[in-house]
Amino acid sequence: MNAVLELREVSKHYPTHRAVDGVSLSIARGSLYGLLGPSGCGKTTTLRLVAGFDSPTAGDILLNGTSIVPLKPYQRNVNTVFQSYALFPHMTVRQNIEFGLKQRQRTVPDMAERVQRVVDLVRLTGKEPRLPTELSGGEKQRVALARSLVLEPEVLLLDEPLSALDPNLRKQVRSELKDLQRRTGITFVIVTHDQEEALSLCDQIAVMHQGKVEQIGTPEDIYLRPATRFVAEFLGAMNWYNGVGIRPESTRVTHQGDARVQAVVEASVFLGHRVQVRTRTADGVALIAEISRAESHFSVGDAVGVCWNSTDEIGVG
Amino acid sequence: MERLRALFLAPARVVNFLLFLVPMAIVFTYSLLSRGIYGGVERPWTFESYTRLFDPLYGGILLRSFWISGLSTILCLLLGFPMALFIARSGARRNLYLNLVILPFWTSFLVRTYAWMFLLRDTGLINTVLQALGITHQPLPLLYNDGAVILGLVYGYLPFMVLPLYTTLEKLDKSLLEASADLGARPWVTLTRIIIPLSAPGIRAGSILVFITCLGAYLTPDLLGGSKTVMIGNVIQNQFTGARDWPFGAAASLALMALVMGMLIVILRRDKEQLL
Repeated sequence: MNAVLELREVSKHYPTHRAVDGVSLSIARGSLYGLLGPSGCGKTTTLRLVAGFDSPTAGDILLNGTSIVPLKPYQRNVNTVFQSYALFPHMTVRQNIEFGLKQRQRTVPDMAERVQRVVDLVRLTGKEPRLPTELSGGEKQRVALARSLVLEPEVLLLDEPLSALDPNLRKQVRSELKDLQRRTGITFVIVTHDQEEALSLCDQIAVMHQGKVEQIGTPEDIYLRPATRFVAEFLGAMNWYNGVGIRPESTRVTHQGDARVQAVVEASVFLGHRVQVRTRTADGVALIAEISRAESHFSVGDAVGVCWNSTDEIGVG
Repeated sequence: MERLRALFLAPARVVNFLLFLVPMAIVFTYSLLSRGIYGGVERPWTFESYTRLFDPLYGGILLRSFWISGLSTILCLLLGFPMALFIARSGARRNLYLNLVILPFWTSFLVRTYAWMFLLRDTGLINTVLQALGITHQPLPLLYNDGAVILGLVYGYLPFMVLPLYTTLEKLDKSLLEASADLGARPWVTLTRIIIPLSAPGIRAGSILVFITCLGAYLTPDLLGGSKTVMIGNVIQNQFTGARDWPFGAAASLALMALVMGMLIVILRRDKEQLL
C-alpha cells in the first residue's frame, strides 16, 4: 500500500492523562480516512500532532516516508480545516485564500488563476470581495476548504468539518466533501464523533477510545465485524443476547410463539420511517427491534417472539 | 420597567451631575471672569482669557506637549505590546504577571517620581555607579531634561497601555494563529499580518489612554523636567498657584479638553467608517 501518512506508536502524554497512547496508522494516498470516537478519545489531539500544533511525547509521524516531527507547522505540507474554520476576520474571502500562497518562498506566477480555480471548485464565485462575517456557515466552511486546497497539500486534515453546520445542511455538505475529495485526489483525514458521518464518508476508519485505536477497517468491517464491544456499541445500538450482539435492524418481532426468544413489549416508538419496538425477556434482557411501519402492529404488554438470522449475529472478542 | 431603569440609573446620574457637570460649569464660569489680585475671580465678564490662549508662547508649549506625549505613547506601545503578548500567552501565571503590572499603583505616584529623581540626579545611584566603575568621569545629565520627562511618563503610564492590549490579545482566537502557521506563515508574518491587525482596538484604546494622560501630566514634567521642560499641564497648574490667574487657567484647561475631545471624535468616527 502506498501510505502518504504514517503514524508509528505515537503518544501524547500529559501529566494527568494520556491523550494519545501508542497510536499507529497507515493512511493510503488519495483516501478519505476517518478518525472516529467519542469526545476525549484523542482523535483531535492526533490531528494536532500531524499538523504540528503539538509535539508527540513518543513515536514518529512520517509524511511520504520522511519524519515530520522536527518540522514546524509552517514547514509541513499538510493543511488543516479547523472546526471553527478560523477564517481571518479582517481579510476578504480572496485574501484568506491567497494568504497561504503568499507565504511560499517563490512567488506563485499563476496565483490569480489558482485562486480562481479553487473558488470555482468550492462554488464561491462572486463571493471573493466579502468578509467572513458576511458569509453563511456553509460558505465559511467552503472558504476554509478553499484556503487549504489551493496549496495542494499532501494531506488535508479536517476537524469535525460538519459539526458547526445546521443539521439540514450536513448531509448535503457530506456528499460535497466526498465529491471534492474525489475530484482533487488529495488525501483527507476527517476527525468526527458522528458514526453515521464516518460510515457514509470514509473509505477507511480508525475507531479510537481512551487514546488508543480500537479497530481499523472499512465502514463495513467496523459496523458488521466490530473487534470490540466498544466499537460495536459506538457504531450503533446493539442488543446483547447470550454473548452475541444483534443490531436492532436485524431483529424481528412476531406474534408466533415458536420464535427463538419469548418477550413482552414494553414500548413502541414511532420514528417516522421505522418503528422501534422495545421488548424485555422473562430474564430481564432488553431487546430492541427496528421494523418497518407495515409490520408494526404490537402494543405494550403483548407477548411476542423475538428472532433474528444467525448470520446477523455479531461475535465480539 | 422603564421606571425601574430610571431608578437604578438615578445614583449614577446624580454623581455625574455633581462631580462632572457642576465643576465643569464652575470652570466655564471662571474662564469668563477677570483675575482677582490675590487669586480667585472677579467681575467684569470678559473673553480675554481665551484671546490670550493664541499667544505663540502657548502654541509652542502645546506643540511640545504633543511631541513629548506622542513619543511617550509610541515608546509605551513598543514596550507594552511584547509585555501584553507575553502575559496573554503565559497560561496559569497570567494573573501573577497582571498583578505585577499594576503593582506600582499601590504606592503614590509622587513617591515613585521622587524615586526616579534619586536614581537620575548627579549624585544619584546611576551616576554614582557609573563613576565608581570608571565608565564616566563626570555625572551624566540624566535629570531635568526631555528624556527624563519621557522616561517618567513611559514608566508611569505603561500599565494603561498594557492592560487594554492584554484584554484584546487574550481574547484573540488561538486557532487563528494556528491557522496562520498551518498555511505556511512564519511567526513574524503571523505577528504582523494577523496578531497586530486584530489587536488594533487594544492598540487604539491603549494609545488614546496614554496619550491623553500624558498630555495632561504636570507632576512628571514639574519634577523630572525642572524649569526647562514645560508642558501644557504645568502652564495650567501654574495659573492656579504661582501666577494666580484662575480665569486663564480655567480657559486653558477647557481649551485642552475641547482639543482632546475633538481629536477623539475624529478618531472614533474614522474607525466606525472602517468597521462598516
